[in-house]
Amino acid sequence: MLRPLSSSLPLAYDESHRFLPLLVALMVFLAAMAVAGALIVHGLIGRWDRDVTGTLTVQVPPPAEAADTASSLRERLHAVERVLADTPGIASAQVLGRDQLVGLIEPWLGSGDLVSDLPLPGLIDVAVAPGGAIDITDLARRLAEAAPGTTVDDHQTWLQRLVDLGRAVEAAVLVALATVAAVTAATVIYATRTGMAVHRRAIELLRLIGAEDAYIARQFADRAFALALRGGLIGLLASVPALLLVDWAARRVGSGFIIDLSVPAHGWPLIVALPLLAALLARFTAQAAVHRATGRLP
Amino acid sequence: MRQASVNSKTVVQFDSVSLRYGNGPEALQDISFSLSAGSFHFVTGPSGAGKSSLLRLLYLAQYPSAGVIRLFGTDTRTIRRQEVPMLRRRIGVVFQDFRLLDHLSAFDNVALPLRVAGLRESEIRPHVKELLEWVGLAEHLDSRPSTLSGGQQQRIAIARAVIGRPELLVADEPTGNVDDAIAMRLMYLFRELNRTGTTVVIATHNEALVARFDQPRLHIAQGRLAVAEAA
Ligand SMILES: Nc1ncnc2c1ncn2[C@@H]1O[C@H](COP(=O)(O)OP(=O)(O)O)[C@@H](O)[C@H]1O
Ligand SMILES: [Mg+2]
Repeated sequence: MLRPLSSSLPLAYDESHRFLPLLVALMVFLAAMAVAGALIVHGLIGRWDRDVTGTLTVQVPPPAEAADTASSLRERLHAVERVLADTPGIASAQVLGRDQLVGLIEPWLGSGDLVSDLPLPGLIDVAVAPGGAIDITDLARRLAEAAPGTTVDDHQTWLQRLVDLGRAVEAAVLVALATVAAVTAATVIYATRTGMAVHRRAIELLRLIGAEDAYIARQFADRAFALALRGGLIGLLASVPALLLVDWAARRVGSGFIIDLSVPAHGWPLIVALPLLAALLARFTAQAAVHRATGRLP
Repeated sequence: MRQASVNSKTVVQFDSVSLRYGNGPEALQDISFSLSAGSFHFVTGPSGAGKSSLLRLLYLAQYPSAGVIRLFGTDTRTIRRQEVPMLRRRIGVVFQDFRLLDHLSAFDNVALPLRVAGLRESEIRPHVKELLEWVGLAEHLDSRPSTLSGGQQQRIAIARAVIGRPELLVADEPTGNVDDAIAMRLMYLFRELNRTGTTVVIATHNEALVARFDQPRLHIAQGRLAVAEAA
């Protein structure tokens, strides 16, 4: 590949390879977008996962008919807190104050009299000790005994849905990448076959003077590699401004906001490697196409 | 070194060889002969007799539709695919139409068999230069073949055929497109190579030329071997 010599086949003059860089540029651009999208979703889910794993939310309903709901709820919360304190593996249990509860529902219900009159349940934010294993079913049973109607939510249903969403996005991206790779490979196969037809006589000559199939394959593979790499770099260059724009817009939404839309730092090397991956794909495809064709020659 | 089949000095052996192109009639029929190492043969016959076809079988551009061909003792029917290039490298070919690659310089055309064989550039360079000087093309190392005369192109083709020191040299009508003086010079060149041990096979329909060189001939008429003089 690095030989400073003229290639044995005049592939540099070939029309059949002209459009390869353009196509690979487009394919790498699309792949970069798809990968960035997948990485953003992946990072997002990873962060949510980290944030909620190891936490439980215990909800204690207010008594249905009590004279003094407030004090009754307080008693129930105490009972629940005692159970929690007796449960090994729990690092802390924090009862959310009424202000915090109102804060949580305010975005949906506003801050009128309605909210202040509303019988709100007690919420306890529980942190599980690192490595602590809690039997949720058993805990829920014991908490319900202490205060009927008490429920425990370990966020698994919500998380599972998120993970499912992430998987779906990743699957879609994989399908997109596979399509992009297939289109690239098909184009390389077409260009190689056309090139082999154009240079049929020269290829025959090379074989007659003792060239192995691998030698001829290398001529096409080197060319496909160089053209795909060139096209890939152009595609990458074209995608960078678009990706940076998304990244910038995402950061502008505000750090600390629950949705982080930026491309994770570890994702950039993968995106930057796309032209090389495309070039390698082109190289091996061309090689395989030549071997397939020469296999039928005498 | 060579594996013997008939005798250790047999370079080419044909046994009842026939060749058919597609569904057409047999271009060669029931051809049997053998060439011993260091021999010099003409393949003669009128145009369309099958000389080129015979040579194509010799340099493995074609396989027979029937019969057995042994080259250097190797049966070409049973040879493994990967071994064919090695066999071809032991055979130098001067094609009727030269078949030079016009995107390459004279130097690169001649160097091609060595590059294809994977030799290092340091081994290739001096060798190719020396050979091109020997055939009188020292001034044209960088010229494209199309910018050179027919005679010069022919010498490039011959240099390319012999650069790898082949054991068998095959030339198809090498004197076809050149005047008599050049034709004679070429013949002496081939004889020179033959004296260094190369087995030479030259196809020609130039009877005058054959007459001037007292060498055995394989005469083909209508696809059949008519005369096979002993080497
Ligand atoms: N590639 C080919 N396909 C079909 N027929 C061929 C081919 N090459 C040669 N022939 C036929 O084989 C016969 C011998 O041709 P050839 O070997 O070229 O003869 P020569 O070299 O003696 O002129 C001719 O009838 C020719 O038409
Ligand atoms: Mg002929």
